[in-house]
Amino acid sequence: MIAATQFDTLPGRAEIQRGLIAVAMSGGVDSSAVAALLQQQGHTVVGLTMQLWNQRRLPELQGDGPAQHRCCSLDDVYDAKAVAQHLNFPHYVVNFEAQFEARVVRPFVDQYLAGRTPIACTNCNNDVKFEPLLRMARQIGAERLATGHYARVRRNEETARCELLRARDDSKDQSYFLWGLTQEQLSRSEFPLGELTKEEVRALARRANLPVAEKPESMELCFVPTGNYVQFIHAYSKERGIPLENAEGNIVNEAGDVIGRHNGVHGFTIGQRKGLGFAAGKPLYVLSIDPEKNRVVVGEDDVLRKTNCELEDVNWVSIEKPQVPLRVFAKIRHKHDPAPATVEPLDSNSARVTFDAPQRAITPGQAAVFYDGDRVVGGGWIR
Amino acid sequence: MSRVYLDFNATTPVEPEVLDAMLPYFSVEFGNAASIHTPGQRARAAVEMAREQVASLIGARPQEIVFTSGGTESDNHAIFGILASPVAQLNLAVSSARTARHLITTTIEHEAVLNACQALDKEGVAVTYLPVDRSGVVDVDRLRAAIRPETVLITIMHANNEIGTVQPLEEIGRIAKEADIYLHTDAVQSAGKIPIDVTTLQVDLLSLSGHKLCAPKGIGALYVRGGTRLRQFLYGGHHQRGFRPGTENVAGIVGLGKAAEIARHSLEDDATRIALLRDKLQQGLLERVPQSRVNAAAAPRTPNTTNLVFPGVEGEALLIALDLKGLACSTGAACSSGAIEPSHVLTAIGLAPEEARASLRFSLGRRTTPADIDFALSVVPAAVAQLRDLSPTYRKAVETR
Repeated sequence: MIAATQFDTLPGRAEIQRGLIAVAMSGGVDSSAVAALLQQQGHTVVGLTMQLWNQRRLPELQGDGPAQHRCCSLDDVYDAKAVAQHLNFPHYVVNFEAQFEARVVRPFVDQYLAGRTPIACTNCNNDVKFEPLLRMARQIGAERLATGHYARVRRNEETARCELLRARDDSKDQSYFLWGLTQEQLSRSEFPLGELTKEEVRALARRANLPVAEKPESMELCFVPTGNYVQFIHAYSKERGIPLENAEGNIVNEAGDVIGRHNGVHGFTIGQRKGLGFAAGKPLYVLSIDPEKNRVVVGEDDVLRKTNCELEDVNWVSIEKPQVPLRVFAKIRHKHDPAPATVEPLDSNSARVTFDAPQRAITPGQAAVFYDGDRVVGGGWIR
Repeated sequence: MSRVYLDFNATTPVEPEVLDAMLPYFSVEFGNAASIHTPGQRARAAVEMAREQVASLIGARPQEIVFTSGGTESDNHAIFGILASPVAQLNLAVSSARTARHLITTTIEHEAVLNACQALDKEGVAVTYLPVDRSGVVDVDRLRAAIRPETVLITIMHANNEIGTVQPLEEIGRIAKEADIYLHTDAVQSAGKIPIDVTTLQVDLLSLSGHKLCAPKGIGALYVRGGTRLRQFLYGGHHQRGFRPGTENVAGIVGLGKAAEIARHSLEDDATRIALLRDKLQQGLLERVPQSRVNAAAAPRTPNTTNLVFPGVEGEALLIALDLKGLACSTGAACSSGAIEPSHVLTAIGLAPEEARASLRFSLGRRTTPADIDFALSVVPAAVAQLRDLSPTYRKAVETR
């Protein structure tokens, strides 16, 4: 046996691991506050930080922006460790680089090259955070995995289903990104921040004297910290051996007339106005992207509005797959006011969403998420 | 929480006697060993005594011992020193005279050796990485066959850190001697555990590391046989006969010397006692964990090491689960924690990636007690079973059997 030192005041041996909760720690103030909160509530906490992407991997991207505060940068890992040290709970770094690249980064790039606008965070939630990380949490003896998501999960005793709900702080609500979680995943997840506002979370962090209490939020994609995803796509494609030098193509109007040139369809998203590189009479927006013909189709704002879309890989969250069309409020992107719509489940995990009123810029690659009040009913990828 | 430590190959605690021997040299006898005055001379005397102690551990002469910052520096100095880096010199040789140089090593060396060889590879040195068998042992016939006229160095580790395998260094030394090629051995994991005599082994260079034999971290030694033409690695003052500049870390050196002396006296008894405990742990795990196997079981190994594969579990998860229960051990080598590649050593002895990732190393030390072994035997099987329960692939494999 080793003699006692200052590090031996850790909470009692987790031999049965009852009440052990793993916290997914990014080094940010939200997930750190989760750890503090759970500890205050009497849980035994273990912190896990995922190593997801080697920031030094793509040479072209080096030297851009500050080295700290990128996802999984050493600074962020140290921040998480500092919080764990301060609150006196064990912390480990787990390496999911391979899974993250296969299930988040590569699809991200491929989707953009296919003219779609992906949501990396949802892929990460579905296939990394609540998959291998959740599994790791269970393997080391934790009952549940807690994250810093602003969302709520609760068990409906009548339906015996786990329901996913919006956060109380609507301005921070992240339920939109969690539509893909299965019942199994939700039953083992915890979102302690769902009832709190961002201000309350910061206050909690300050009261707990967390080293990260004043750390600014990171707004960008964790693996594209500069926000310049076009540059990332170029660098990643180059590394793959498919450089994008000849990605240029035509910008056309609805009639098919060429009215400009573009540098690659991956630089565009539906509804985009900036970057069209020329002045026309009326503002022109991206209507659709045709990767096969390498074309971007533009038109005026009113043409951008549509009333329906088709979804694939639909996941029913708070309810089982309905047999009849359902009335919901649907969001087609994170920053979108949920609009009244009818969802019609089709076979093989597809669905059709028909909005009462036309919605602007329904974008393939994004997700449509259906709400019933605060409850996330389900969601799917927009075809 | 009471903790049990079974990761002595990663590092060892400093012996109380070693710490006591070191303490005066921080604030009392703090002189610079290179100074002419009395305080300096006293420090010098302590350094030279330590040099004798380290030399005695390996059967060398004191003047053949160079103190370094540790095993990594010793390995680098030996390899680059023989291959005559600085790089400029090498490039000149390669480009002007097309003087090819060849170096032989193995696939299971520590990264300090492997990465040094790979760096030389990039500079135009030809490198042969000898494979090993399922026990991790080098085939000496293949070594003989690999020797070329332009071979200048053979570097083969004495004992492997992950699996404990001990190489037939005597035979290798004979081969190197016959071919008149310098032989270096990384003895970081063997020094203090098994007897070493540089004359019997016929090595020209040998690395050892303090923190593997109960001396502090940050101190090591390089044995350089008299007459070896070793180029300088660091530049600076003329310390240590010009071999290794830098003001001597007197306290660390004193500690290393004391630890070497303790090791020399207790080596035999330690080895016997520790081997029994290691065998008890090994046997106990094999009995209590179904389908478990010892990696490199058939090899001659250091008495303290056992590396087992527990099919159906993710080694990283098992490691964390055990740490949460208070047991410290390791997967692969400490310096590659968090790496996604499976251990190159386990891969070299023929393990599939899943098996390599499902392997754990237990390494015992001088202060390991029977109670420690009992504790390990009480927590490991349960942890493995728990993980296997959560693994759908393992359950299915068991059912179909």
